[in-house]
Amino acid sequence: MKDLLGIEELTRQDMERYLATAVDLKARLRQGAKKMAVLSGRVVVTLFLEASTRTRTSFELAGRFLGAHVQSFALAQSSVDKGETLVDTARALDAMAVDAIVVRHAVAGVPHDLARRLEAAVVNAGDGWHEHPTQALLDALTILERRGRVEGQRIAILGDIRHSRVARSAMLAYGGLGASVTVFGPATLVPEGVEAYGAEVATSLEAALAGADVVQVLRIQRERMHAGLIPSLEEYHRRFGLTQERLRLARPDAVVMHPGPVNRGVEIESRVADGPRSAVMQAVENGVAMRMAVLCHLLGEGGSR
Amino acid sequence: MTWTQRPVMVRGARLVDPGEGLDEVGDCLVADGRIRALGGRGDADGAQVIEAEGLWLVPGLVDPHVHLREPGLTHKEDIATGARAAVAGGFVAVAAMPNTRPVVDSPELITYVRMRSDAVGLCRVLPVGAITRGQAGRELAQIGDMAAAGAVALSDDGQGVQSAGMMRCALRYASAFGLPLLLHEQDDTLAGDGVVHEGAVATRLGLAGQPREAEEAMVLRDVHLVERNGGRIHLCHLSTAGAVQVVREAKARGLRVSAEVTPHHLLLTDEAARGYDTRAKCNPPLRTDGDRRALVDGLVDGTIDCIATDHAPHTDDEKEGDFVSAAFGISGLETALALVLTHLVDSGRLSPAALVERMSFGPCRVLGLCRHRLREGAVANLTLIDPGVRWTVEPQRFHSRGHATPFAGARLKGRSRGVFVDGRWMAS
Repeated sequence: MKDLLGIEELTRQDMERYLATAVDLKARLRQGAKKMAVLSGRVVVTLFLEASTRTRTSFELAGRFLGAHVQSFALAQSSVDKGETLVDTARALDAMAVDAIVVRHAVAGVPHDLARRLEAAVVNAGDGWHEHPTQALLDALTILERRGRVEGQRIAILGDIRHSRVARSAMLAYGGLGASVTVFGPATLVPEGVEAYGAEVATSLEAALAGADVVQVLRIQRERMHAGLIPSLEEYHRRFGLTQERLRLARPDAVVMHPGPVNRGVEIESRVADGPRSAVMQAVENGVAMRMAVLCHLLGEGGSR
Repeated sequence: MTWTQRPVMVRGARLVDPGEGLDEVGDCLVADGRIRALGGRGDADGAQVIEAEGLWLVPGLVDPHVHLREPGLTHKEDIATGARAAVAGGFVAVAAMPNTRPVVDSPELITYVRMRSDAVGLCRVLPVGAITRGQAGRELAQIGDMAAAGAVALSDDGQGVQSAGMMRCALRYASAFGLPLLLHEQDDTLAGDGVVHEGAVATRLGLAGQPREAEEAMVLRDVHLVERNGGRIHLCHLSTAGAVQVVREAKARGLRVSAEVTPHHLLLTDEAARGYDTRAKCNPPLRTDGDRRALVDGLVDGTIDCIATDHAPHTDDEKEGDFVSAAFGISGLETALALVLTHLVDSGRLSPAALVERMSFGPCRVLGLCRHRLREGAVANLTLIDPGVRWTVEPQRFHSRGHATPFAGARLKGRSRGVFVDGRWMAS
């Protein structure tokens, strides 16, 4: 496989291979191995056209820990909306013999377009509302660690499903690994066709939470309020936020996840986000290991170029 | 492409004109612009002979909805390239939408389009004037003056007239001049930033969708305005089953409402956009198979009066790039007839007579043109169809500057062999 564009393109075996490699790499990281030579001499460029610090940093550390040369390419915000600019930029990077391009873009499908045109491996670090495959894989790793397995878990995904690439990749990944997924959010934020992902749409927050092994909360953006999709962030918290009290509906050992950054007191209250069941920070740690695994598989031993 | 004013004898064609109750094999002699002899076996008498055994000679096809981009956007298309594409596609006349730069909203610009059409001398390019000045939706354009200058219809196509009050004024004012309003039915607050149909495919692709109501709410509004105020409306490029049903009911109530559908809405669904294929990006968007089937049913039962290409050429660069920034629009003139022949006529959904009804009579009726006919003495506006020839769609060989079509590479059966435009023969 040359690229990682989405969970949609992965088989269960692919995902399990990523998970196994990430488990192994995480163990080595914990032993202090931050200077591996797996990708020594390889060049990874991060091309982020949408603001993000943690995902970019996570990818860059992953590349460095594996010994790759990592270059971050920042495009001025002003040239971002021109798709052609990005293609030309990426082509230039390709001509400079870059091995992998990690791309984030506000428009769905852009990484796929680049992948068709470039020799370098393309890693989708988030394209519009479409996919964010490394997030889903690192979350799957977190579930695996916390719950022992992904298969058979009952996973609730809460919030703005419609505008969430995290939700789309998560539904595909968890479902593909044998979990059962239920989603819930304000009706204006749940799109048509969720069933095609093998997920179920709950009729209430309570129904979504009942008996859940994993509760994944999505970030709600203020612009949804300005677009008239929700009345206010305060009401969102009151009606849709994950509180300690509501979490009692889930299984007592349920794991709480959130891709971050967290809007404290909006989609989740701090007591929950920072509480003992929260895996938020563990997921951040897993992010580096999973992105190392992805780069290893795409670039290691004869991968790409 | 060549044309000649020598008399032309079409020899042994199947002559199909349901308006004349005609469907028989025979000859057709065209001289001095008119049909001089029809049926049986005629004497060529020095005329150029076109051997037409196995071909169909039908009343000339008309496309009531094209974008020829002139004036102002001639990097995409101009009246010459567009008219050439139309002739290649078997059309003797096309109605050119006014969303050019500047917008065709004055009698001078109507005259300009007519003069360019005459100068190019291929098919007739019939000018459509804007409903509102600059298509901005705020003030009436010079409707009466444009009618006098030869506009065949009025349209703000490219966008919907958002204000119901504006639409009501336009209906009342235009009806005095006998011009139909060709309506692009789209409520912008419902369509939003949608680039595909709102549904499972949009969700899967992570793209913003346009719900069906964006079209249906406007169709309902405008049908009601016609019911209250009179006037005549023609609904462009229907895309939803609900809109077809509203038209069916409006016609049953006797309202002066007509409608068109494009070949792409008849034959494709939102699935065509999978893989972020910008060639399938059009407005209104391709919808689901249920909508598609309702459109075919509406076309077959006559709820939908005609087929229109909504020929919307853009440069290759404008259709490239990411799905959101790529232009909306499909180049349709050179594939429409063949698509209808392959998928609707060959399959038996439409008879050859019904094809003539939907691609010639229907558009003429909508645009207020005299029906094209196969009759001795009639002005010869005819299309010669080869229903059996098999060919592959190769957009780079189009006469149009627009090459974007989701039918690229399609194997089709049938196409135009040539047209008579006011008696002048032009091979396709």
